[in-house]
Amino acid sequence: MLEIRNLHARAGDSDVLRGLDLSVRKGEVHALMGPNGSGKSTLAHVLAGRPGYTVTAGEVRFEGRDLLALAPEERAREGVFLAFQYPVEIAGVSNIYFLKAATNAIRAHRGLPELDAVEFLSLVKEKAKIVEMDEELVKRPVNEGFSGGEKKRNEIFQMAVLEPRLAILDETDSGLDIDALRIVAHGVNRLRGPERAMLVVTHYQRLLNHIVPDFVHVLVDGRIVRSGGKEMALALEETGYAWLEKEPAAAGPTARP
Amino acid sequence: MSAVTAEKDAYRAGFERFALSPLAASEPTWLRERRTAAFARFVETGLPTPRDEAWRHTPLAPLTRGRFEPADPEAPPEPGVLSLLPDAGPRGPRLVLVNGRLSPELSRLDASQPGVAAMSLREALATRPASLEPWLARVADGATGAFADLNSALAGDAAVVLIAAGAVLDAPIRVEHVGGGPSGTVAYSRTLLVAGRGSESRIVEVFASRADRASLTNAVTEVVIEDGASVDRCKLQQEGGDALHVATLAVRLGRDARFYDHSLVLGAALSRDDIDVRFEGEGSECVLNGLFVVDGRRVADTHSRIDHARPHCSSRELYKGILDGQARGVFGGLVIVRPGAQKTDAWQMNRNLLLSSEALVHSTPQLEILADDVKCRHGSTTGQLDPAALFYLRSRGIGEAAARGLLTWAFASELLRTLRDESVRAAVEKRLQERLPGVAGLVEATS
Repeated sequence: MLEIRNLHARAGDSDVLRGLDLSVRKGEVHALMGPNGSGKSTLAHVLAGRPGYTVTAGEVRFEGRDLLALAPEERAREGVFLAFQYPVEIAGVSNIYFLKAATNAIRAHRGLPELDAVEFLSLVKEKAKIVEMDEELVKRPVNEGFSGGEKKRNEIFQMAVLEPRLAILDETDSGLDIDALRIVAHGVNRLRGPERAMLVVTHYQRLLNHIVPDFVHVLVDGRIVRSGGKEMALALEETGYAWLEKEPAAAGPTARP
Repeated sequence: MSAVTAEKDAYRAGFERFALSPLAASEPTWLRERRTAAFARFVETGLPTPRDEAWRHTPLAPLTRGRFEPADPEAPPEPGVLSLLPDAGPRGPRLVLVNGRLSPELSRLDASQPGVAAMSLREALATRPASLEPWLARVADGATGAFADLNSALAGDAAVVLIAAGAVLDAPIRVEHVGGGPSGTVAYSRTLLVAGRGSESRIVEVFASRADRASLTNAVTEVVIEDGASVDRCKLQQEGGDALHVATLAVRLGRDARFYDHSLVLGAALSRDDIDVRFEGEGSECVLNGLFVVDGRRVADTHSRIDHARPHCSSRELYKGILDGQARGVFGGLVIVRPGAQKTDAWQMNRNLLLSSEALVHSTPQLEILADDVKCRHGSTTGQLDPAALFYLRSRGIGEAAARGLLTWAFASELLRTLRDESVRAAVEKRLQERLPGVAGLVEATS
């Protein structure tokens, strides 16, 4: 589903990704771990098409298409979803209108008829349950005045409504207390499925206790230096990342256990 | 002879003609004296120049280089202009002024609503001069500038609305200024609203012209709010694209009085609003909200002056601008807190959204505080659409143009939500959807 080869990218003026390779097949959940500044969030933003990031070499194919040639909205319509680390507050735009506009843009792209207000509302009600989202929050302006946990829940709620093929979760656990983490992780697990892949970017192991990945990759200095199974995350939690930085490229980038 | 003198002479000839007319001769002495005094002030100060601080950033030439002949008050309204007005609804007084003169045929003066009397200046002078004398051309006085003085001197008619003490009006009062005489003409349009003690009322003033002619509207609205009364005013300016619009709003608040103003500047090539609010009693409140939308090479300018002359009053002022093309916006807001006006609570904010890199805003919020126990804040922001918000919307599949439209609409909607009148809000929303790129169909988007 997602093939990243030799990806080099800059964030602003600095080289962050330096030859990243990663292959994700449908149905798989991949965790991407690594120390601060290793390039995890940069990868998430490059995949979503955020302005300000420049790809200088390499390629990314999504379902066989050149992902990097697409505008951010086209990527979303093709089925890429980024759950933001810092969801943006948009005063004056209601969450529900925003989601309806997004849903219908994606449906139009897929050749499906627009949902009318009644159909959309029942979809929203159903999906809100997945992350125990208060219906009042659904009607409020996008993320405005939401707590950290509510913002993250809103991200997963949007993901549930938009039904992406590839979901990228950027530090979804950051700023969450344990109850909120459990609710968000539970929501994510409900959305796992044979047709959907996930790339879970996280600094800490604790999220992976709740969202158990099929594969774990460690990113150091813009490259994947280790890949393994879910148990590797536990080992990292005990030893930290320091030992990995001393022996770069110790494992094949697409190694599978 | 200098150009300035030539202009003054032209205005002087116009004033002399007016003063000698049977209409002016029939007016009471006090009014004739006020007209003469206003004209004398105009002669003294002359039209503004770029050296005047309050006009420094406003391209004045269209207002001062030409001579404006008074528009023919007998002329019928431009074809089609009445259809531009928001639905006036079935109830409440409606006063239609064509080139400044009240048209009894188009108006609905006998609205059978107790507690409100709506009439032309002529009728008011004939039947209730004592109700006018304390206020007419007094509320807008020497402090309000040359254009207001010209209007006070030359406006032959006015919409007069008198609200009885204690009256609570549920339907809004409409005052509709239509015109658009040929290029080079000026219409002096005027409104006087006196809200008696403890009354509650809403007034909607609409300025509309259709054809793209460089005609000038010089408007003055005087509002008197007596003790304990409340007035909610909405001004909708939707003049034609080449029109010039200069308007003065002068408001006096008594004790425990409330004034809410919503100003929507959606038309004209050059639009200038001068707002002058004075607190003359304690415990009163004033809220000024405004939105201007300009594109092309158009100019929108708002200057406000809120005078906290008495203690325990609060003022809230929010002006927002949306500018595209090479448009220019000017905001000059002055809040004065007089010595002894303790416990004044004033907040003033100007926010501008630039949709193009060539649009320009001059914003000068200003506080002049001469009392020590007060709470005053002010601020000003000007910027483009937030790139983080744009990316967030696009990352969910919303196209770039739609995302920009949605954020622009959201910026405007904060002020639209404060409009209490359904038909005005609908008219403004429709107009904005025509004027702003990418916002068609977004009425339900906001919350």
